Amino acid sequence: MTSTKTPSTERPTPPDGTPAAALHTGTSDLRALVLNNLRQSGIYVALVVIVALFAVLTDGVSLSPGNITNVVLQYSYILVLAIGMVILIIGGHIDLSVGSVVALTGAVSAVLVIQQGYPWWVGILAALVVGVAVGAWHGFWVAYVGIPAFIVTLAGMLLFRGLTLRVLDNISLSPFPAEYQRVAAGFLNGLLGGQGYDAFTLLIGAVAVAGYAVSGFRTRVARIRYQQPVESFPLFVARVAVVGAVIMYFAWQLAHARGLPIVLIVLAVLVLVYGLLTRRTVFGRQVYAIGGNLSAAALSGVKVRTVNFWMFVNMGFLAAVAGVIYSSRSNGAQPAAGNMFELDAIAAAFIGGAAVTGGVGTVVGAMVGGLIMAVMSNGMQLMGVDQSTQSVVKGLVLLVAVAFDVYNKRRAGTAR
Amino acid sequence: MDDTILEMRRITKTFPGVTALEDVNLAVRRGEIHAICGENGAGKSTLMKVLSGVHPTGSYDGEILFEGKPMQFRGIRDSEANGIVIIHQELALVPYLSIAENLFLGNERRGRGGLIDWNRANADAAELLASVGLHENPVTPVIQLGVGKQQLVEIAKALSKKVRLLILDEPTAALNEVDSAHLLDLLRQLRDQGITCIMISHKLNEITAIADSTTVIRDGRTVETLDMRADEVTQGRIIRGMVGRDLDSFYPDRESSPGAEVFRIEDWTVRHPVQDRMVVEGVGLSVRAGEVVGIAGLMGAGRTELAMSVFGRSYGRDVSGRLFMHGREVHARTVTEAIDHGIAYVTEDRKRFGLNLIDDVRRNVSAAALARLSRLGWVNGNEEIKVAEQSRREMNIKAPSVMAVVGKLSGGNQQKVVLSKWLFTDPDVLILDEPTRGIDVGAKYEIYTIINRLVADGKAVIIISSELPELLGMCDRIYTLAAGRITGELPAGEATQESLMELMTKDKELIG
Repeated sequence: MTSTKTPSTERPTPPDGTPAAALHTGTSDLRALVLNNLRQSGIYVALVVIVALFAVLTDGVSLSPGNITNVVLQYSYILVLAIGMVILIIGGHIDLSVGSVVALTGAVSAVLVIQQGYPWWVGILAALVVGVAVGAWHGFWVAYVGIPAFIVTLAGMLLFRGLTLRVLDNISLSPFPAEYQRVAAGFLNGLLGGQGYDAFTLLIGAVAVAGYAVSGFRTRVARIRYQQPVESFPLFVARVAVVGAVIMYFAWQLAHARGLPIVLIVLAVLVLVYGLLTRRTVFGRQVYAIGGNLSAAALSGVKVRTVNFWMFVNMGFLAAVAGVIYSSRSNGAQPAAGNMFELDAIAAAFIGGAAVTGGVGTVVGAMVGGLIMAVMSNGMQLMGVDQSTQSVVKGLVLLVAVAFDVYNKRRAGTAR
Repeated sequence: MDDTILEMRRITKTFPGVTALEDVNLAVRRGEIHAICGENGAGKSTLMKVLSGVHPTGSYDGEILFEGKPMQFRGIRDSEANGIVIIHQELALVPYLSIAENLFLGNERRGRGGLIDWNRANADAAELLASVGLHENPVTPVIQLGVGKQQLVEIAKALSKKVRLLILDEPTAALNEVDSAHLLDLLRQLRDQGITCIMISHKLNEITAIADSTTVIRDGRTVETLDMRADEVTQGRIIRGMVGRDLDSFYPDRESSPGAEVFRIEDWTVRHPVQDRMVVEGVGLSVRAGEVVGIAGLMGAGRTELAMSVFGRSYGRDVSGRLFMHGREVHARTVTEAIDHGIAYVTEDRKRFGLNLIDDVRRNVSAAALARLSRLGWVNGNEEIKVAEQSRREMNIKAPSVMAVVGKLSGGNQQKVVLSKWLFTDPDVLILDEPTRGIDVGAKYEIYTIINRLVADGKAVIIISSELPELLGMCDRIYTLAAGRITGELPAGEATQESLMELMTKDKELIG
């Protein structure tokens, strides 16, 4: 414990709580911000370093408009899975079955749309229903029977892979109608025109930046009204400027390729909704409480079983969303679809700062963790690195990320 | 004339910030049963851990003479090699291994090539079991035995190590009368075979029945050693030794003016979650507004079990009895229902059951009443901060901000966070289980002040405590609990530590 703020003694302090400290703003804020959020800021730094590294190694190809679009399309379903996975990990669970569920939901959709000729939206709806049912199945065994999630979802992994083979009758189905393909391969382009670039994409980017700035400012004002510590104003402006610049650069590159991918809109909405769900709702709080101290949560009136159940239902739903995106992108359903997806999703959550023991993690962190994996895989593919080396590098990154996390926690003196 | 087998001289043992033992002397004669008595936290178990090498040589001051020779135990293996074996209160058996496997764990019967000779092990085990009067097949898994029989397996295990001095920590705490009687008989037999026993016990009737000598420890010091054979030592005589200290003016004054009854239970009965015995039986008690009521009882008397079973059936099975709030019968089948009815339970183990240590003050304070801060499932984060900030001020929680991680706070401040959490549920009755355990003197006084403020506001408070002075200093009335039953109810003005201790050590048959 190196922090001087830690109250190690019970020496009496003025009972008024010294609001002077709460309103304190200054240059020491930057250091405090970085230090206090080392676990979070660490992965942002890591992401920036990795993006820069591959930009250099590939002579800028990795940052080209076409490639950025590619990364989004290629890894979106992993990011969708990582949202549900990090919530489960925060709650102290895990889901090993999501790869199989991706395959099963895609297969159900393919059978209905391709074989039976139903419209594209029936396939999507059916996939979502199947995903929710699978989640309810897992949730029932974990929450109400009390079987550890590791076992239940390991069984689910085999079970739903088997059902996928059954549904597909061991063959691949292809192709989907054009409407269905648009989910993962479609773009919003030319809605507002533009010369050589898509104005609509830029507009959406600008709206996103404005939203970020306004919500940040409102939070800041509210915090000041409640006499809470806030970062100094220049620092706040700098933060908004940096994030805004990154978003606009990203939008600019997309606008010069094929426009705004539909799947990116889906992903953005999910991240926004689940970010709020975990941070701002009673349900989100209860997930953290259960993962942090199950007994204390139960004795505080948290309905542990109900919360656990819905965590799994949610994972099933998101696995189905990923299943639809994946089947749309691969333009069909294959018996082996989604193999090992669960491991990528779990890795994303842990690289993003989730704790193995539960109670810690964020949706945004998992997204950054997933992007780190995505940028690395994509960069190595561009460089022509062979599969075996890619696998070794990814494994080492996961290990180092979690080791860093454990080291940090021990240094903070909260390791138990 | 005395043949002394063990002598512990001037033992002093300190933990960071606490002196657990100070100049303790203990002399045990060969072939006797020597009882050690004292209140919870007096230092009995610590002394035995020093003796058995759990606290290794160098971590304490003083010397141990065994068979006349100075001993320096670096660990439990050293003491066992000399024939000193300790059986802890929580039995150290591996539940899924067989009796024989447990008996020879770490001391396996080896045959040719270093492999375990199971025939010999099982035969030896059968012999050992016969010597403790346990008629079970050695291949039976330990989990299939009751606690009484497991206790016998522990003793058999000690015998297999060629024990000369057997230490038992609260051997009958978890046993029913039949098993207890059987165990005491066995101890007498072992004594007749020349094995010396040290027994820590709260049950004074057992001590007067079986012990040859009794050493009383209080606040980490030896008070006296009584020869139980020479003169007629009564339970009252031992109690006087255990509690003989003054009630210091340590407790803030309070005007007591109880109002209407807030909380009452009748005929409250709870069965142990796995074992087939009653933990709480036919308990009835009540608290009025603006009143502090104490529950006194020794470890294992069922205090926490009673409280947790009332609090939304968080403990035990087959919970029965009637619960009244403000004179009206209510049902609290879940924690949520209990909270809704205005009951709050502040746990004795804040780290395990009270706090999310990796989260901040703010979220711990709001954890039990998030509904009050939310609309349609959305938490108002700013109001939450305001509430936490208010608690931090009113309770004087010493934390840099409400965003500080609770795990880093001191015990006293953690306790204030737990109290804040339950006060935010706006309860009518607060059940405080060991509210000042493990916190320093200054913080204790602050907690007492907070309790007094609560009753002044008309709340009803129940305090469960092992510290009798605390109960006498804080309460208006005190119930005593022994073996899951109420054995007495005294106005605090009429109660003394002696009278409470007597009621607390009353055993079942004495209640009638």
